[in-house]
Amino acid sequence: MALLEVVNLTRDFGGLRAVCEFETTFDGRELMGLIGPNGAGKTTVFNVVSGFYAPSAGQVRFQGKNTAGLKPHKVTALGIARTFQNIRLWFDLSVIDNIRVSQYYHLEYGLWDCFLRTERYKRREAAIEHNAQEILEALNLAEFAQELPKNLPYGLQRRVEIARALSVKPKLLMLDEPAAGLSSADVDDLIKLIGWIHKEFDLAIWMIEHQMDVVMKLCPRIQVIDFGRTIADGTPAQIQANPDVIKAYLGDDAI
Amino acid sequence: MRRFIVPAATASLLGLILLASMTDALNLYWQSVLMFMGINIILSTSLNLVNGNMGEFSCGHAGFMAVGAYVSSVLAVALFAPGGFMGGPYLPGYLTVFIFPLLLLAGGLAAAVTGLLVALPSFKTRGDYLAIITIAASYIIKSTIENVGAVGGARGFMGMAKITTAMTDVWDIPWMLLWVFAAVIFTLVVIRRYVSSTFGKGVDAVRQDEIAAEIMSVDTDRIKLVTFMLSSGLAGIAGGLFAFVLGYINPGSFTIIKSTEAMVMVYLGGMGSISGATLSAIVFTLLMEVLRPLQVGKWVIIPMMLILLMQFRPEGFFGHRELTDIVPGLRRLLGREGDGK
Repeated sequence: MALLEVVNLTRDFGGLRAVCEFETTFDGRELMGLIGPNGAGKTTVFNVVSGFYAPSAGQVRFQGKNTAGLKPHKVTALGIARTFQNIRLWFDLSVIDNIRVSQYYHLEYGLWDCFLRTERYKRREAAIEHNAQEILEALNLAEFAQELPKNLPYGLQRRVEIARALSVKPKLLMLDEPAAGLSSADVDDLIKLIGWIHKEFDLAIWMIEHQMDVVMKLCPRIQVIDFGRTIADGTPAQIQANPDVIKAYLGDDAI
Repeated sequence: MRRFIVPAATASLLGLILLASMTDALNLYWQSVLMFMGINIILSTSLNLVNGNMGEFSCGHAGFMAVGAYVSSVLAVALFAPGGFMGGPYLPGYLTVFIFPLLLLAGGLAAAVTGLLVALPSFKTRGDYLAIITIAASYIIKSTIENVGAVGGARGFMGMAKITTAMTDVWDIPWMLLWVFAAVIFTLVVIRRYVSSTFGKGVDAVRQDEIAAEIMSVDTDRIKLVTFMLSSGLAGIAGGLFAFVLGYINPGSFTIIKSTEAMVMVYLGGMGSISGATLSAIVFTLLMEVLRPLQVGKWVIIPMMLILLMQFRPEGFFGHRELTDIVPGLRRLLGREGDGK
């Protein structure tokens, strides 16, 4: 059974067809790139898969389960985590609290446990704290645990956001332009980090990225969309040689 | 050892207050000031959950207070008051001592359910819309009570004094002072446990970025409902205490002015801070008493102070920080590194 199947996905906004008959499949541990010019519909694909928008037509199946009609937090609990194009941390919660809150999907205690501080509450909170520490240590963020994200440099904020997504223990990690706004040194770190996550964690990674060197270095398979339609699908070398892709990025007349 | 500091301090404070009241070192006037202070602490810390931690804007706290006040008073009078109303008494007077907290809780529960009814339709919206809906809801509650003859309508409802008398008949101590004190501690413990849990941190996450919270697996609808119900339920308990302390309630006690007082305390203390909301309730109650000779004039002075506060210290006394953040020594004393209690 495939991990993620996106079948014939279409999403309209009023009269605008943002995504048209998009298809993709993840079997388990791929690292795939999704590229395309601005406004091509990449983030819309992510928003539909993460449950934020309902598809206008077509299906998203995660481990065989149709995610239509599920609220985003339920979709995330199934094992799909994502980051955002513009960093969306909770900037006034400490780094470790960011990671703690995003484990909400497996709190496993109720309100009464919380008021009465039952054994179950203590056990679960300790486990959540432990998970959070573990993830921070794995991503070299342990020393910033008590800091507020708003006081961290941009590159570290990206890293915290990725750590937060990993705390959901996802089977599919979606990164929406992780390199946006990073300095070139930070970009090199990011490439190493994503490669390392892909190697260490049992998950598939799906990334939208504008910086071609990042995608080309990391992703064995790349899909290209333009005006909502898939125009190419293949290895970096195939994509670079594809005339439709060149046309989409540079325009007709330039060739 | 350290974990006993707070309970021991609390217990000795209660003992001191009770002793002082019984030896007349604390006269009736100061006792009533203390009780209103306690009620205000409950109001401001509970409203702070919604307006401070969750970042919504609820303006109808007095409405939930009214529900709690009426439910617990009507229940108490129906169960215990001799003669007339509902054919009682059904229970002997000495039981008041044990049943009273349950009556308060019943009022709180009714207020929480009312909160749910208000929250369900209104949480599709945010910000300004919730403000309008909560104002509307508190007016609906007020006019409903005004039009129910059985609880006195606009004339008000009384008879609670019989219940407090029944309690002093059992043992002559200032019972209401005791109950207010207990309710304040109950409220502070409940709120503190709530906001320090991972569940409760979700409330802050919703305030800071609701979309991110939803995407990161937080059930935002549930969190908003639970928080709003908790806040209105505690307001209901405050309402119940208010009714028994005064011995008389009428719908006119629960107008927008009352809601505004609660909001003033929240903004004065600093949003999202329990200790800030507590401190500001204390300061606010004292201020009201100090300015009492000015009569209506105090409603010129207090809004003026609010304007000045917004100009020069918009984050309030504490502003999303607790006393332990501001006085690090206190944190060490209480042995609360990071998180605790």
